[in-house]
Amino acid sequence: MLLVVEQFLNGLQLGLLLFLLAAGLTLVFGIMDLVNLAHGSLYMMGAYFAATFVAWTGSFLGGIALALGATLLLGIVLEFVALRHLYGRDHLDHVLATFGLILFFNDAVRLIWGPAGLALPLPPWLTVPIQIVPGVFYPAYRLAIIVVALAVALMLYLVVMRTRLGMLIRAGASNREMIGALGINIKLLYTLVFGLGAALAGLAGLMQAPILTVQIGMGENILILAFVIIVIGGIGSIRGAFVASILVGMIDTLGRAFLPDLLRKILSSAAASTAAPALSSMLIYLLMAIVLVVRPEGLFPANRR
Amino acid sequence: MTASLNARNVAAALIVAGLLLLPLYAQLSGNMFVLTLFTRIVIFALAAVSLNLIMGYGGMMSFGHAAYLGIGGYAVGILAAEGIGSGFVQWPVALVTSALFALVIGALSLRTRGVYFIMITLAFAQMAYYVAAGLARYGGDDGLTIYKRSDFAGLINLSGRVQFYYLCTGCLFGGIYLVWRIVNSRFGLVVQGLRSNEQRMQAIGFPATRYRLVCFVIAGTMCGLAGALLANNTDFVSPAVMYWTRSGDLMVMVILGGMGSLFGPVVGAIVYLLLEELLSQVTEYWALIMGPLLLLIVLFGRGGIMGLLGRLHRG
Repeated sequence: MLLVVEQFLNGLQLGLLLFLLAAGLTLVFGIMDLVNLAHGSLYMMGAYFAATFVAWTGSFLGGIALALGATLLLGIVLEFVALRHLYGRDHLDHVLATFGLILFFNDAVRLIWGPAGLALPLPPWLTVPIQIVPGVFYPAYRLAIIVVALAVALMLYLVVMRTRLGMLIRAGASNREMIGALGINIKLLYTLVFGLGAALAGLAGLMQAPILTVQIGMGENILILAFVIIVIGGIGSIRGAFVASILVGMIDTLGRAFLPDLLRKILSSAAASTAAPALSSMLIYLLMAIVLVVRPEGLFPANRR
Repeated sequence: MTASLNARNVAAALIVAGLLLLPLYAQLSGNMFVLTLFTRIVIFALAAVSLNLIMGYGGMMSFGHAAYLGIGGYAVGILAAEGIGSGFVQWPVALVTSALFALVIGALSLRTRGVYFIMITLAFAQMAYYVAAGLARYGGDDGLTIYKRSDFAGLINLSGRVQFYYLCTGCLFGGIYLVWRIVNSRFGLVVQGLRSNEQRMQAIGFPATRYRLVCFVIAGTMCGLAGALLANNTDFVSPAVMYWTRSGDLMVMVILGGMGSLFGPVVGAIVYLLLEELLSQVTEYWALIMGPLLLLIVLFGRGGIMGLLGRLHRG
C-alpha cells in the first residue's frame, strides 16, 4: 500500500513535469506550426542555468528565478535569430534545422561547462520527508514539484482561457491568417509564445535537475516523451497535452515499478527480469501506437477551421 | 532515357567513378584510412538511398529508419553468436526480418499523415531500440561483438578490406539501380502520384495504402541490407545504431544531398560524414560548427546540394 501511494505520487510528479515541457511544445506546434526538436535543449539549458546561478548566488530560489529569466531570454533570442525564418516552411525543414540546433547546444554546453555533469544541491528545507498520510512519508522536494507544476498548469489554463493574450493565442491556433488580417502583431505574439514555451521547458529542466544529474543530452530522451504526449493528446491541444502527460507519467512510472512483479507471476523469474525493463520502456510507445491507430489525430484533436 | 550533360549528371558520374577508383588511390597513396572511412560512408549512403525512396519519392517522412540498420545488424550478430556464421543464412534472415518489421509498422503507421507519421515511425523505432537494449543474452545496452564476419564459403572474403569495400559499393550501386527502376516504373509513378495528390489518385482507383506499403517495405529491406553490412564493417552491433538521433542523421543526409534525386542521398552521406570527420579533426567541438551549418543549409539551400547543382545548370 505504501509503495502504491508513493509510486502513484511519483507518476503524478513525472506527468506534471512532462506537461510543462509538452505544453510549450504543443503551443509552438499548434500556433506557429513549428516542429521544434530543440525544445529539449531549452530544458537542458534551464537545468544548467539553475545549477550555475544557484552556485553563483548561493540562494536556491534566487538562482532558480535567474535561471528562469535566462531561459526565457534564450528562447526569445533563439526565436528571433533562427526559428522565425522557419515559419511556413515544410515540417521536414523544421526537423533538420532544429536537429542542427540540438547538435549546437550539446557542444556549446560541453565547451562552456565541460563534459562532466553538474549537481544541483537542494537547500535543507526541501530535503525533509513529509508525512502525507499517517505512516507514509514523501520527500518534500518531490511534493514541491507537484504543487508548483499544478500551480503553473492552472495559471496556464487561466492565461489561455481567460485573458486577452490567451484569446489571441487560441485564435492564432485556429486561424493564423485571420488574426493577422485583423491587425494583430503576429510576429510579437509568436515571439511571446515561444518565450513562454522556453520558460516552461526551462522550469521543467531545473525542477528535474536536483533529482537527476544535470548533463548533456538530458533533454533528448524527455523530448521524445514530450512528443509522444502531444501526439497522443492531439497536436495544439493543451487539454490533450495535460491528460496525455498524466497518462504517460503514470503508465511509465507504474509500469517500471510493478511490471517486473507482474511478469514474474506468468514467466520464469530470469525471463521476467530481462523482459520487464524493455517492456516497461516500451509501454508508452505502445500506448502511442495504439492511440494513433485508433484515433490518428490524437485523443483531443484541436479544432482546425 | 537520354542523359544530358548537366551539372547533376556530371556530379553523379564523378561519384560513381570516384567510388570505383578509391581503392586504387588508397593503395597508391598508402592511406588505407580513406578506405575504412569510405566503406562506412558507402554503407550509410545505401541506407540514405533507401530512405530517399520513401521520403523523396513517396512523401513518407519516416523518422525511424535507423531501426532497420539495427535489425539487419542484430540478425547478423545474433546468428553469429549462436554459431551460424554463413552469410547465406545471415543475410537473407536480415532482409526478411527487416521486411517483416517494415510490413507491420508500415501497415499501422500509414494510417496517419504528416507530423503524426513522423512521430509514429519514431515511436516504433524507439520500441525496437528498447527491445535491443533488453536483449541481455546478446549484450543488452552494451551491444554485441561479432567475432567472425559473415562467411560466404570462399565466394568473397569480407575480412579483405578492398573486397569488402567493393561489396558495399556494389550493394550501393545495386540499390541506386533498383530505386531508378522503381521510380520510372508504373508502380513508382503511382507512388509519386500519391505524394502529389492522394485524393486524385484514389479517385482514379489506386489503393493508396497498399502502394505506399509495398514501397515502405522495399525501402526497409534495403536498409536492412545496409544494417548487415554495417555490422560486418564494425564487427559490432549495439542498440545505439537504432537511436533516434541516428534516424535523424539519415534524414539529414537525404535532405542535405537533395530529396527526390537519385544521387542526392549519396552526395548527402559523403558530405555529411566527411564534414563530421574533417571538423572533428580540426576541433573537438565539431557539432558547434555543424549545427549552425545545417540551419543555414535549410534556410538558404532549398533542394539540397543536388538542387543547387540543378539551379546552377539552369543559370
